[in-house]
This record gives sequence, C-alpha cells and structure tokens, in this order.
Amino acid sequence: MVVSFASGKGGTGKTIVATSLALYVSEKGINLIFLDCDVEEPNSALFLKPLIRKTSKVGIPIPIVDFKKCTYCGKCADVCTYNAIAVVKDNVLVFPELCHGCGGCFLFCPEKAISEKIRDIGVIEEGNTNGIKFIQGRLNPGESMVVPLVREVKEKMVNDSETTTIIDVPPGTSCPVVESIKGSDFVVLITEPTPFGLNDLKLAVETVRKLEIDFGIIINRVGIGDEKVEEYCKLENIPVIAKIPYSRDVAVLYSYGIPMLIEGEKYREIFHRIWEEIISKVR
Amino acid sequence: MKQIAVISGKGGTGKTIITASFISLSKSAVAADCDVDAADLYLLLHPEIKEKHEFKGLPKAEIIQDKCTGCGICYDVCRFDAVQKPQNSKKYFSINPLSCEGCKVCYYACLQMAINMKEQICGEWYISETKYGPMVHAKLGIAEENSGKLVTVVRMNAEIVAKRYKLDYIIVDGPPGIGCPVIASLGGIDFALVVIEPTLSGIHDAERVIEVAKHFGVPPGCVINKYDINRENSAKIEKWCKENEIPVLGKIPFDNLVSESIVKGIPFVEYKNNATSGIIKGIWRKIMKI
Repeated sequence: MVVSFASGKGGTGKTIVATSLALYVSEKGINLIFLDCDVEEPNSALFLKPLIRKTSKVGIPIPIVDFKKCTYCGKCADVCTYNAIAVVKDNVLVFPELCHGCGGCFLFCPEKAISEKIRDIGVIEEGNTNGIKFIQGRLNPGESMVVPLVREVKEKMVNDSETTTIIDVPPGTSCPVVESIKGSDFVVLITEPTPFGLNDLKLAVETVRKLEIDFGIIINRVGIGDEKVEEYCKLENIPVIAKIPYSRDVAVLYSYGIPMLIEGEKYREIFHRIWEEIISKVR
Repeated sequence: MKQIAVISGKGGTGKTIITASFISLSKSAVAADCDVDAADLYLLLHPEIKEKHEFKGLPKAEIIQDKCTGCGICYDVCRFDAVQKPQNSKKYFSINPLSCEGCKVCYYACLQMAINMKEQICGEWYISETKYGPMVHAKLGIAEENSGKLVTVVRMNAEIVAKRYKLDYIIVDGPPGIGCPVIASLGGIDFALVVIEPTLSGIHDAERVIEVAKHFGVPPGCVINKYDINRENSAKIEKWCKENEIPVLGKIPFDNLVSESIVKGIPFVEYKNNATSGIIKGIWRKIMKI
C-alpha cells in the first residue's frame, strides 16, 4: 500500500509525522520504502539519517541542432509550445531552462537535424536506515523543472501486499503535489488549528478529492489556535485520525532533527493509533 | 520604488506574519501575495476585491472520440504519460488532464486530427483594496500547473499599481520551496528577506533558497524566527551568515501571542505592542535603510 503525507500549508509537521510513523512501522518488521518527494526542500533525511549508497543524476532531454543539416525552416520553433527554441536568420537558439523535454522539435524536424542531450535538473539519492529503504530527490538550486524529478522518485514506489510506501509530499496544491500523491491508496493531510491551517487544509482537501483518493486528517499542535479545523472536519464528515497536542519539547526535539517517537510512550501510542487507522481505511 | 520579497525555503517559518506586519508599518506599499497555491495573506489584510481576472494556462489536449481510430500514435509520442490506452473494449484513447503539460506533440502527431487543444482557466487574480493600501493576489485552481506564470502576473500587476499610485514599496509574500513560483517571485527583487527558523530543516532549506536568490542576483538578508527554540542552532545560523556576508536583520523570539494574532486576523505589530513587535519594527526600519 502507498500512503502519502501532504498539507496545503508548509510547516504543519508533514515530515516529522511521516518519518516518525515510518520508524514506528519499521519496528514491526514491515517492508517499508520511504520516498521524499519534496525535491525542492527534502528534509526527511534530517530525521531518518539514512546511509546514502547510490546517487544518480536526473535530467530532461533538450535539443541540440546539427547545423550541417539545418535549413532554418523554423518548424522546431513553430511546434514548441514553451518558446524554448527560436530560429533567426542563420542561427537556432535553444533556451534550456524553458524546455520541458516534450521532444516535439526532435520529432517534427523535417531534416532530422535535431538530436537530444540530457540537461541535469537534480539527483536521486538511495539508501537505508533502520530497515527502511530510503529514496529522495534533490532539485538543483536555480532549477524550475520540479515535476520530472518527482516523477523519477515516484518510479521507485512499490505497491504490493508485502510492501508499504510512505511518501513525504511538498506543500501546496499544484503540479508537484499532484505528481507526488498520484497512485496513493490513502492520503494523510496534516494541518494546524489556525486560520492559515484551515484555509490551506480546505485547498488540500479539494486537491485530494479531485484525485479521488481516500484521506484523513491529523491536527498537529492542538492548543495553539482555535476549534475551527475540528468544526470543519465534522461538517464535511472527514475523519480526524489523530490530534497531536502542542508541546514545546517536541518543537525543541524537532529543531535537532529528532522524530517524535523518541520523546516517549505518549507519542508511541499516538503513532500506534495512526497506523491502525490507516490500515483500517485502506483495507 | 523598491521590491522586497519575504521567502524561506521551508514552509511555516513565519513569512506571512512578517509580511503583514511590514505592510502595516510601511504606509506606502503594494502587498503582493505570491504564494498562489495556498494564499494566506488575505486572512490578515482583509482585502476588498476591486478587480477580478481569469488566469489562462496552456491549452491541454483532449481526444475527439468520434475521430479517434485507436492507432495509438499519441500514446507513443507523449512523454508525460498523459495518454491513456482504450478502456473497457472502447477503441478511443483518452488524455489525463492532470498529467498533460500542453506540449501539443500529440496534436501535431495525430493523423486523424482527432486532438483538440482546449483552453484552460486555471486560476484567478485580483486587485484589491486594504486599509493599508492596494493588494494584488491570486488563487490557483486546485491541482493546476503554471503557478510560476500566475506569480509573474501578480508581480507585473503589483508594479503597475505601485507606479499608478506612486508607492514606495512592493512587498512580496513568497511561496515555500525553491522551484518555479519562487524563481518567479524573485525576478527583479531588490532585497530578499529570508525567514529562518533555528531547526535543522529550517537551516537546510534557507541555505538552498539563499543559493537560488544569489543565483538570480538578488541580495539576501536573514531574520531568525523563534530563535529561542534552539539557541545553539541560532548561533550557528549567525555564524554561517557572517561567513557568507549575509546580514542578520533581527532575531524574533517564540511568542504565543503570534498564533493568537492569526486567530484574530490582525498583523502582529498592530495586535500587540510588546518586545516581539518592537523587534519586527526594528527589522522593517533596517530594510528601509537598505
């Protein structure tokens, strides 16, 4: 089964909850794969501290023009939706950072004057920790093509009866989030009980509903704000899987990269319940 | 006119709370909420919408069922796995709009002309009035792409509004991350204020977003938020900033009243006159001198 941890708003606790649950589940001897799909800002490794054994580059294909064959007909520029290739009098200009790698210019060039090379956008790192298979993507700073890297990380997802995949999803509601969540059996939305948390939770709920995936909510830092998130969940008939009380101690542990689980039995109990809830929903 | 962006890399470090306070202090600014995925600034500034515009994204492919012969060429050429094979004994292929990137390769490749490129409304943007001055903001449609382009639309219109009313500042509430909406938020910015929390994640993410700011030639400065959650990490941030010649404009303590101010929907500097709001005011004074 595949379980994603998402939230509209950043900083609600996706990573600490996902990594703590991963550690809890791995103790039970379950085959576990952890994917950090927040390739812009991957943080799970700070908590899980995996030993990285393999790093591979990820790139997207961009065109190279063979000027011996090119007749400057302009077909490549005509078919490019992203304005990533332009033909001027006696030159063809390629703008790699605009290219999505769709292959249109390569495919439709009547002279076969275009070949492709790979432009690096980031890396995938694979390793192990506490019996968990760990995979994360890291986007190169300055790079804007996020989705192709997320797609590569998702290739490592395993969905069979013996394996559980846990996915740490980036914040927001747009394309990198959709790419990360796609194919999940269940999504856990993590929020905080403030107007910001509620506003962004509503957007996250709409996103998951649009993808037609079953979901539940964890309210983190209960006590810092108001009751409106709970009222909303009741009104919308959305299951609240867990409520994690605010604790300055957890905030301090978090700052050192220590998962909640280590804090003691109280949290072990919470993660036990979260895990039981998730399995009961997926079955 | 100066353009200031508040960014952080990691989400939830306090960007919006600080931005709203700056707007309240500046008296001559356009507020630009560039977190178009999950826009929260309106919850503190309470804008009254004056103009509402549609945001059109790239047209996406759809297959005209009557014309499709099921040859599958669209499936072969699509690199985004957006074309789905015929299901339940039907002969025609279909497009998953959530995967389609609008590249039109299938449209050009289809010999039957069975593909239509359908215009997409993927969000809205607004010019509004707040009690502090004008605000430009947006709402990206659920699960849509092109958030970078929508950010650019917000930025362009914030500039037009600032010039029209001869305002001194555009203050940008930036999105989390380092990808396209962040890059779009940084173009043409005079100063990027990076809000760092003293956690390993906060530091890791801030370092990456500072690299992005530098990559695009935007000078960064830092604020450490909730610095007293981990003084050891805060000291490390200050040391790192010094080594990298990045000014630290202030250290804001953890303050329970901040959550309260969000619940009440009031920029913090207006909500409470205490040591915390004094520090935020000090940071704004320093920014004005840059």
